[in-house]
Amino acid sequence: MVLRNAVHKDLYADSVALMRVAARLAEPPGVETVSLVMGTPANQDVLARSGLLTDPGRTAGPNDLLVAVRGAPDAVDAALAQVVEALTATDEGPDAGAAAGATAGPAVRSLVGAPADASLALISTPGPYAAAEALKALRLGMHAFVFSDHVPVEDEVSLKREAARRGLLVMGPDCGTAVISGIPLGFANEVRAGSVGLVGASGTGLQQVSSLLHARGAGVSHLIGTGSRDVSADVGGMTMRAGLDALAADPATEVIVLVSKPPAPQVAERLLRHAGTLSKPVVACFLGTEESAAAPAGITLAPTLSEAARCAASLAVGGPVPDEELPEVPTPAAPRRLLRALYAGGTFAHEAAFLLGPVLGDIARTAPPPIPGAVPSLPDGHLVLDLGDDEFTAGRPHPMIDPTVRTAYLRAALADPSCAAVVLDVVIGHGAARDPAGALARALAEAPADAPPVIAFVVGTDADPQGLTAQQRILRDAGAYVVDSSTTAARVCAGLLAGGDELVLTPAASRIGDTA
Amino acid sequence: MTAQAVPVQAVPAQGLLTSVPHVVNVGVEGFAGPPRAAGATVTAVDWRPPAAGDPELGARLARLVAHPAVEAANATALSRILGVVPMWTDVRPAGELVPELAEQKLLLHAGPPIAWEHMCGPMRAAVVGAALLEGWAATPPEAEALADSGAIRFAPCHHHDAVGPMAGIVSASMPLLVVEDEATGLRAYSNLNEGQGRCLRYGALGDDVMERLRWMGERLGPALRAALGSLAEPVNLRSVTAQALQMGDECHSRNTAASALLTRELSAALARHADLGGIEALDFLRDNNYWFLNFSMAASKLALMAGHGVPHSTVVTTFARNGVEVGIRVSGLGDAWFTAPAAPVDGLYFAGYGPADANPDIGDSAITEMHGLGGFALAAAPAIVGFVGGTPEGARRVSQDMATLTVGRHRDYRLPGLDFVGSPVGLDIRKVVDTGLEPVVTTGIAHREPGIGQIGAGLTHAPMRCFTDALRAFEEPPETAV
Repeated sequence: MVLRNAVHKDLYADSVALMRVAARLAEPPGVETVSLVMGTPANQDVLARSGLLTDPGRTAGPNDLLVAVRGAPDAVDAALAQVVEALTATDEGPDAGAAAGATAGPAVRSLVGAPADASLALISTPGPYAAAEALKALRLGMHAFVFSDHVPVEDEVSLKREAARRGLLVMGPDCGTAVISGIPLGFANEVRAGSVGLVGASGTGLQQVSSLLHARGAGVSHLIGTGSRDVSADVGGMTMRAGLDALAADPATEVIVLVSKPPAPQVAERLLRHAGTLSKPVVACFLGTEESAAAPAGITLAPTLSEAARCAASLAVGGPVPDEELPEVPTPAAPRRLLRALYAGGTFAHEAAFLLGPVLGDIARTAPPPIPGAVPSLPDGHLVLDLGDDEFTAGRPHPMIDPTVRTAYLRAALADPSCAAVVLDVVIGHGAARDPAGALARALAEAPADAPPVIAFVVGTDADPQGLTAQQRILRDAGAYVVDSSTTAARVCAGLLAGGDELVLTPAASRIGDTA
Repeated sequence: MTAQAVPVQAVPAQGLLTSVPHVVNVGVEGFAGPPRAAGATVTAVDWRPPAAGDPELGARLARLVAHPAVEAANATALSRILGVVPMWTDVRPAGELVPELAEQKLLLHAGPPIAWEHMCGPMRAAVVGAALLEGWAATPPEAEALADSGAIRFAPCHHHDAVGPMAGIVSASMPLLVVEDEATGLRAYSNLNEGQGRCLRYGALGDDVMERLRWMGERLGPALRAALGSLAEPVNLRSVTAQALQMGDECHSRNTAASALLTRELSAALARHADLGGIEALDFLRDNNYWFLNFSMAASKLALMAGHGVPHSTVVTTFARNGVEVGIRVSGLGDAWFTAPAAPVDGLYFAGYGPADANPDIGDSAITEMHGLGGFALAAAPAIVGFVGGTPEGARRVSQDMATLTVGRHRDYRLPGLDFVGSPVGLDIRKVVDTGLEPVVTTGIAHREPGIGQIGAGLTHAPMRCFTDALRAFEEPPETAV
C-alpha cells in the first residue's frame, strides 16, 4: 500500500468534474482512495486531515491540480497516469449520450403539458384513472375519446354534463371506435371519405356499418362513438344527442346513421323525436328494439346492421343497393342440430340472438368460463357467445387481439357431434390483430373431415392494414363459408337450422317514405 | 338522474368536426400510430398514474386543472414573487433582529419544525456549537445536557423570516444579513457563510470552528455593515444573481461568480474600514466560493414571502429540510408544513467518503430552487453538470423538466444554455402531483456523524409525499361560471 501525490501545474477543473473523475479512477482493483482537488490551502487542509497529503502535494498552488492516490503501487501509478486523459475525455460520465436529444424539449407527462392547440384527448389509461384524465381534457378545452372501461356510471354522467356545459364532446367511456375528419381513433377501419355521418353506442356495430357503406360505394364524413352505456336511462343518450346535433350542423354530412343496442325506451323515443327535427335524413338502427309505432318523418328504422348500411348507402349515393347473394351451404344431417356462434364482437352476438331467437327458440348466451388446458364444455342447446365479455377477458386481452380463448371454443365446436353450424366474426382495422383470420384458419385446418360448416364474416375494408379480401381468402381457403356481414351470417344460420323456415326481415327501405 | 336535467349544448361539439384534430394520446402507446399515419398531429403523453396512483386524489387534482380561481391566484402569486427587488441593506446581530433568540434561549434551525431529540447528527452538533458560542454551556456535554433538559427552545428559521444553509442554526450573537423589498416592506434574513471545509452548518465542531464564528460576529459583521452603509445605495441582489447566471452559476451549489461579483462590489469599502476588520474580511471572502449562497437564499426567501398567502394559490413558497424531514409550504395553505422523510442525496464524494457516510438531505437552501435557481437553473451552470451525468445536455434537460412544473418564468434570471429563456419560477403542487416528477435540488452533503462536516455534493429530489399531502389539504375553490 502506497500513498502518492502528483501536481499538475495550471490545470484547472471544476470540483464536480474532479470528483467524477476521482470516482472513476478509484474503480479498478488495487486502488483504495483517489482525490482530485485544486491545490488551495483549504483543499490541502482537507487532504491532510484525511491523511492523503504528502510533500509533493504541499507544493501545489491554488491553480494547480493536486492528485492523491492510495493503493497497491501498480494500481496507483496506473491511476496517476490516467488523470489528465480522464479529465479531458469527452465521454465524461456513464450516462453521457443518454441525454441526447434534449433539444427536442422535455417529455410531455400530463395532459396539462400538451400544446395549446391540442383539441382531442385519446384516453386509454386503466379504468380507475380514466375519468380524471377525461375531466382534465374537458377543463383544458379538449374533446375526449375515452377507450378505457370500468369507469363508474356516475362519473360518466358527470363527465358528459361537464362536456355539455363546455360545448365539448365525450366519446365513451368504453368507446371502441371513432373516425373524425378521416382520423381513426381506437379500433377503426380505413373507410372512404363521404357524406354519411355515424353516431353509435356500439363500436363493432359502427365498424360493421361503416365498412359495409364503404363496400357499397358510399363514404363516411365522421364516425362518433358514444360508449356502450350512453343510451342507458342513467346517461340518457347525452353524447348521442350531441353527436346528432354536431353531424346535423356539419356541412360534409348529408345522411346520419344511429347505431346501438336497444336504448332505454324513453331515451330511444327522445333521440328519435329529436332526430326527426333535423333537416337531414336519419337511419336509426337500434338493434332488437320491438316493432313500435311509426318513426317520425325523415327517420328510417333499420332492424339490422346490414339494413342500416343498405339504407344509408341508398340515401347517400342514390338508387337501390342490391341485396347480397347467400352462399349455398349444405344442410347438416342429424344429429347435427345446434348452433355454435362464437363472436368476438358483442354487438354481433346481440344481433344474432335477437334475429335467430324467434326462429330457433331458446339460445344460450353463456357457457362455463374456460379452464386453462381443458377443452371448453358446450351446452346442449343453441349457443351465441360473446367472447369479449368480461368473464372471458379477465386477465387477458380481448379476443380481437388475443385469439387463444376463442380458438379453444372453436376446436370444441368443430369436434362437437351435435353442432350444425359454427359462426365466426373477424374484425380487422387499426387496433385489431395483425392476422386474425390466420389464427382461426389454423384451427379450421385441424378440424375433422366431417366437421360442421363454418360461416364467417370479416368486418373491415381493403384499405385496412390486414386487407378485407386477403382475410376473406384465408378463411375461404380454410373451408369457411364467407359472407359479407353479421346480418347475413345470421340469415344463413336461420336457413340451415330452422328446417327451411326463411328468416323474414322486413326491408327497412320500404319504410323510408317521403325521404326516399 | 333524470333526462330532463341534461344540459343542452349551445354549440354542439364545437370545433370537433370542422378541422383535423390535434390528438393527445394518454395511455396505450399504440393508439398514437393510426391517427398520426392519417395525418393528424399527435402529442404522446408519457403517462403514469398521477397522485402516486391514488385515484381519489387524482380526481381532486383533475377538478383543480385549469381552475379559474387557482389560475388567477397563481398568476397573482407569481407576479408578487417576480415583483420583489431584493436589496441587501444591513448586517446585524441576530438577537437584534429576532429578540427571542437572546431573551428565551431560542435557536433557529433549518427545515420544518423538529424537536432536539429527533435532530440528526450535524444539526445536534451545530446546536452544541451555538450553545458554546452563546456561553450557555462551557463544554459540549454541558451543552447537550442543557438541550436535554429542555432549556433551549427551537424554531425553524422560516418561522422568523430567515433561512440558513445545512443545519441552519442561528443564535443571538451570529450576524444576519438583511434583505428588503421597498415596495412591500418585507424583510428576510440569512446567516453569513462560514466558507468551505469545517463549518458549523455541516456539524463540524472544534476550536477552529468556534474561533471563526466569534470572528464573524465581532469583526466580519461590523466590517460588512460599515462597508455596506458607506455605499451610495444598498446592493441589488437581483442584478448580481442575473449576472452570475450568465457566468456559470446556478446560485445554489455553484456561487463562484456571484461571490466574486459581490466581493468586488464591497472591496473598496471594506478596505476603507480596515479598523473594523475590512482587510480580514477581504482575505476571508477571497477564499469563499459559497459566500453568495446565503444571499441567494435570503433574496429567494424574500421573493417567496411576497408570494405567500394568496388564497387558492398552489404555488410552493417554502421548501426546506432538517436532515430528518423535508417540508413544503404552499401559498394558499397558510403556515401548514407538509413533510416527508428526507431523501438521500445522489452525489459525488470527497476522498474517503461514500453514500453510507451521508446524512439525508438538509438545509433551507432549497428555497433557491423555488425561486428558479439551483436545480431549476442547472442549464446555466455547465461546470456542475457532473451531477447529472456529466453533460450540458443533461443539465438542460433538468431545467426543461422543471419548467413543466412551474407556473411561469423569471424575467431577469435567464438561462444561457437554453437560449436565454427565463428560469422556471413558481413550483405548482398540481403539476408535481400530475406528472409524478419530483423537483430537482442541487445540494451539499453533510456527514451523518456530528463534528465532521461536508463530504460531497450532488442532486436530490423533493419527495412526492409533500406534494400529495398538500394537495389533499387544498380546498377546492368554488367554480365560477364558465
